Amino acid sequence: MYSNNALSFVPDVAALEEAIRVEDLHKYFDSLEVLKGVSLLANKGDVVAVIGGSGSGKSTMLRCINFLETPSSGKIVIGGEEVATRPDGSAADRRQIERIRTRLSMVFQQFNLWTHRTLLENVIEVPVHVLKVPKADAIDRAHALLERVGLDDKADTFPAHLSGGQQQRAAIARALAVDPSAMLFDEPTSALDPELVGEVLTVIRDLAAEGRTMLLVTHEMKFAREVANHVVYLYQGRIEEQGPPAEVFGNPQSDRLKQFLSSVA
Amino acid sequence: MTGLRALFQPHRIVLMLVFAALIVWCALSLRWDWIPKYAPLALQGLWATIWILVVSTVLGFLLAVPLGLAQAVGPWYLGIPARVFCTVIRGTPLLLQIWLLYYGLGSLFPEYPWIRSSELWPYLRQAWPYAILALTFSYAGYEGEVMRGAFSGVSKGQLETAKSFGMPRFTIFRRVWLPQAVRNVLPTLGGETILQLKATPLVATITVVEIYSVSSRVRADTFIVYEPLLLLAVVYMIIAGLIALAFRRLERKIPT
Repeated sequence: MYSNNALSFVPDVAALEEAIRVEDLHKYFDSLEVLKGVSLLANKGDVVAVIGGSGSGKSTMLRCINFLETPSSGKIVIGGEEVATRPDGSAADRRQIERIRTRLSMVFQQFNLWTHRTLLENVIEVPVHVLKVPKADAIDRAHALLERVGLDDKADTFPAHLSGGQQQRAAIARALAVDPSAMLFDEPTSALDPELVGEVLTVIRDLAAEGRTMLLVTHEMKFAREVANHVVYLYQGRIEEQGPPAEVFGNPQSDRLKQFLSSVA
Repeated sequence: MTGLRALFQPHRIVLMLVFAALIVWCALSLRWDWIPKYAPLALQGLWATIWILVVSTVLGFLLAVPLGLAQAVGPWYLGIPARVFCTVIRGTPLLLQIWLLYYGLGSLFPEYPWIRSSELWPYLRQAWPYAILALTFSYAGYEGEVMRGAFSGVSKGQLETAKSFGMPRFTIFRRVWLPQAVRNVLPTLGGETILQLKATPLVATITVVEIYSVSSRVRADTFIVYEPLLLLAVVYMIIAGLIALAFRRLERKIPT
């Protein structure tokens, strides 16, 4: 592979740079083992869709990556940097995990826009108060991002006055505002009314098209097949099957995946 | 808001006339000739009341935040003392607290020469520091309990989102947790602040000159009983109204 720059013939190593690596991740809730050794690799520019039934551990896995849940054991490597952990699995260095989190922005099922701030304030919050970007710059960029998700006219509106779809699009703008190296989507359309799902998927599709690295936990199989270049099927805390979408969806090997796909189709 | 047309209903007009007549009667038949003489003192007292109210609510609130936090999420060695403090303050009369501080602490201090010779002595021998202290503790005790609920009531998702973006813990507290907690209890805080206003006359019992004590002074000097109290009621109502208005504006600024 070569970079787009015609003057340069340096191989484009960035295309193979790893973004998120998960190794042998285990997670217990008390005695219940929710993740039983999950390993996963997402390179820069990958869109990895994680599918599976409820209780399969997909959300837990996603939340372990940025340590919203403390992994019980295993290794999380973000952009080549391993998260240092204590023997109990929790992050050992608060500064390190905070720094890593600013590079991994998350989009939640319940949107979780900060309800006491307007859309604009939501979008500039992390750049200004965590990344210390000058406020005027952050505001300019926030307007551009809100424009991009079709919400710049709502910049001064509070989240409570918006539809779920609008809130989720604003949440995506907020996630983009930190210029993340990878984005984590935790069932971004599951809390939406059916007629609002499309507008959010359109935004995510655009992001995939521009080469954003994304880890996407989703129930939208058609969408996963369309945007992902790698699909992971989780079953009871293990990766049952994974591969390119055409194979996972078109030619499922395991009976469980076959059954799952026929049940959601 | 009632429209202008709705105001001009026969029964409303009658009520308004009755009220107007009452005010005119008060103005004409009651004695108000003492006002010019006591106006400067009354203004001074009014100023003292407002000042005591503002300082004790602000300090009390600053104290209520850690009290609430300690009870909501603190370790036991912070949570239990905070709970004990709130329980004692809320379980005893404010008048008693004021007296215990003023007559107890206030009479203990002069026993120690190093306190008498300290820089603080000119303040410690006056009454108002004890008044402020007692009212601050009282407000902190009640609001500490309110803030405990307020902190627990902020949804997990809101805090978790801040965490997921790498916000340091104190930034999360300052930018998300505290503002949301306060917003959720603004109506309560407004009511409690009005209660605090109406608790301020108690400090007159330890010789602090505030607006209530001025009305007592007028009564003692002139034997006019009713009029100063009537005016006093109006003054408190106006301050209470202003507090309510201020809190309502604050609430409206941020929708839930």
